Amino acid sequence: MHVVICIKQVPDTKNVRIDPKTNTLVRQGVESITNPFDLYAIEAALQLKDSTGAKTTVITMGPPQAEEALRQALSLGVDDAVLLSDRSFAGADTWATSRTLAEAVRKLEPVDLIVCGKQAIDGDTAQVGPEMATLLNLPCITYVRKLDLENGNESMRIERATDTGYEVLRVKLPAVLTVIREIGEPRIPGLRHKIRSKKQEIPVWGAADLGLEPEEVGLQGSFTQVVKVFSPPPRGERRLLSGSVEEMAKELVRILKSNNVPGF
Amino acid sequence: MDYFLTEEQQMIKEIAAQIARERIRPVRAALDENEEFPWEIMKVLAQSDLFGLYIPEKYGGFGGGIFENCLAVEELGRACIGIATTFAASGLGAYPILLYGSEELKMKYLPQIASGKKLAAFGLTESGAGSDVSGIRTTAVKDGDYYVLNGTKQWITNGGEAEIYSVLAITDPKRGARGASFFVVEKGDPGFSFGKKEKKLGIRASATRELVFTDCRIPKDRLIGREGMGFIIAMKTFDKSRPGIGALGVGLAQGALDIAVEYARQRKQFGKPIISFQAIQHKLADMATLTEAARSLVYSIARYLDTEPKDFSKLSAMAKLFPADVAMKVTTEAVQVLGGYGYMKDYPVEKMMRDAKILQIYEGTNEIQRNIIAQELNKEYGRMKESFLG
Ligand SMILES: Cc1cc2nc3c(=O)[nH]c(=O)nc-3n(C[C@H](O)[C@H](O)[C@H](O)COP(=O)(O)OP(=O)(O)OC[C@H]3O[C@@H](n4cnc5c(N)ncnc54)[C@H](O)[C@@H]3O)c2cc1C
Repeated sequence: MHVVICIKQVPDTKNVRIDPKTNTLVRQGVESITNPFDLYAIEAALQLKDSTGAKTTVITMGPPQAEEALRQALSLGVDDAVLLSDRSFAGADTWATSRTLAEAVRKLEPVDLIVCGKQAIDGDTAQVGPEMATLLNLPCITYVRKLDLENGNESMRIERATDTGYEVLRVKLPAVLTVIREIGEPRIPGLRHKIRSKKQEIPVWGAADLGLEPEEVGLQGSFTQVVKVFSPPPRGERRLLSGSVEEMAKELVRILKSNNVPGF
Repeated sequence: MDYFLTEEQQMIKEIAAQIARERIRPVRAALDENEEFPWEIMKVLAQSDLFGLYIPEKYGGFGGGIFENCLAVEELGRACIGIATTFAASGLGAYPILLYGSEELKMKYLPQIASGKKLAAFGLTESGAGSDVSGIRTTAVKDGDYYVLNGTKQWITNGGEAEIYSVLAITDPKRGARGASFFVVEKGDPGFSFGKKEKKLGIRASATRELVFTDCRIPKDRLIGREGMGFIIAMKTFDKSRPGIGALGVGLAQGALDIAVEYARQRKQFGKPIISFQAIQHKLADMATLTEAARSLVYSIARYLDTEPKDFSKLSAMAKLFPADVAMKVTTEAVQVLGGYGYMKDYPVEKMMRDAKILQIYEGTNEIQRNIIAQELNKEYGRMKESFLG
């Protein structure tokens, strides 16, 4: 059994600002982290590794420093990593990204399962998993909260979260899954894996290695372009009251009254 | 402070610190309150390869030494020494096998302990034998290919939870100090059961329980070393394990200091943060100085012990004595810095102060450590030709 995990390095959104003048992300001084949802994808794959001895490979498309995210995955116990990096990959939308990842998966075949996080916290599109499945002509199940192998690893029983509860599905492998938090808390690195993760060779594949033409990847291969990024206008006034509990309660009632809030 | 750790030692510290921060801190109060054994955390420690730091690679360990183990224990102890004691006690149970066990015993038990698949425990103390180890009454009588054990051990950390027990028993009552031997007893051996589980002042997440041997039959090759070596094995084990207790003290003191400083910066009285009062400043300064002094002592002695010197009982005793006293002092002062809030269960320092006391008692009370140090001083100076009096 071979499981491929697709991860992404993202800016730590806890610290991200948008420059109000240029409407672009201020990336300076912002740390990069592994997309938090992708840590659940790694955990899902490692659970399969623990239970069935599955081989696990992690891939990411990104600039050279995205290698850090791959090394983190290795420190958690993932066996192998491949970095998809090429100048021509820059500016890719979800489609061009999926295209690139799909070619990498083909190159890694045989592959029985592809696991992604439910979405990346920078773009929040949740499109790459399903698009990749489309390109690979594989079934895709999103928002997976539980998975169990069945029928001698031929298929999987899946629990998929919905707004009101969950669905139970059965899917033949190979398939693409996107997973959510309920899959299990990401583990803490193991010492042996951490030591290995510092030294392990990580191959870098560019467009040529994947047999892709420049017009199929990056900005050129994208159907969409980001025209504008902006922060939503601030939502009204906020006031922090101070003083003793009694004083604050009095002040709150006064404000509510003066705003003609019903009941006050 | 930079202690010039290697990259691997740094990783050990980071992993242990992450476990302490993310897994131990959120649950320590509840485990303490419910006296609940920290199995979940033990699994995490196992998965992170921390159980075998001091065990050679040949037996499935990491191949480090006492120092590497101290680094992990310290970080875990910074969050909870109840949980860290559970972890460290497995090492105490492993040491007799590691130091004196036959190749077969090592091959059989050390990989299980190193991987964390099984916990170990160390069974020495009895109701009549605490500081005075020679008072033990548990017996092991040879019967063909077996030994038959009878007696009761008390206050054994990890009792009932561990699978592998290193147990001291009298094999020849006539031979005095040469009359005791160490054995490996497994949970499930016929005639081996567990008695009462203690209710304690502190380290309540750790299990402290009686081991009861009633015609307990074990194969004769479970003897560790040779017959009669029991007391020597006990002393050599403590020589190796005591810096680990020191590391618990350093971690605990650091944990209490962390809280005290942060709190003192926030708490306002008389219109100012209490850290602006000199009385509080001096307390914090002393706490920080003692903690760093204890750390320096533990690190340098642990590193020295890893060079396999010949005699180091004195140093090993110092590496337990001082940090244990420091932890007691620093946690008590931390409660004082937090005032009434420190006395309440809402903040972790009341637990830390309750926990600290054990460090001055187990693995040889601090009085016994002082005895060891003083005896060694007496011997050392007795051997010296030079006089300092003139
Ligand atoms: C929570 C806990 C966990 C433990 N875990 C284990 C374990 O895993 N395995 C194990 O074998 N044991 C364990 N012990 C036992 C522990 O090691 C003993 O409690 C300790 O060695 C002291 O023995 P005692 O309690 O009988 O005190 P005693 O020996 O009765 O001492 C009472 C007091 O007299 C002092 N004293 C005694 N003799 C002297 C002397 N010669 N000079 C000066 N002062 C002296 C002591 O310092 C102490 O203050 C544990 C104990 C506790 C409380």
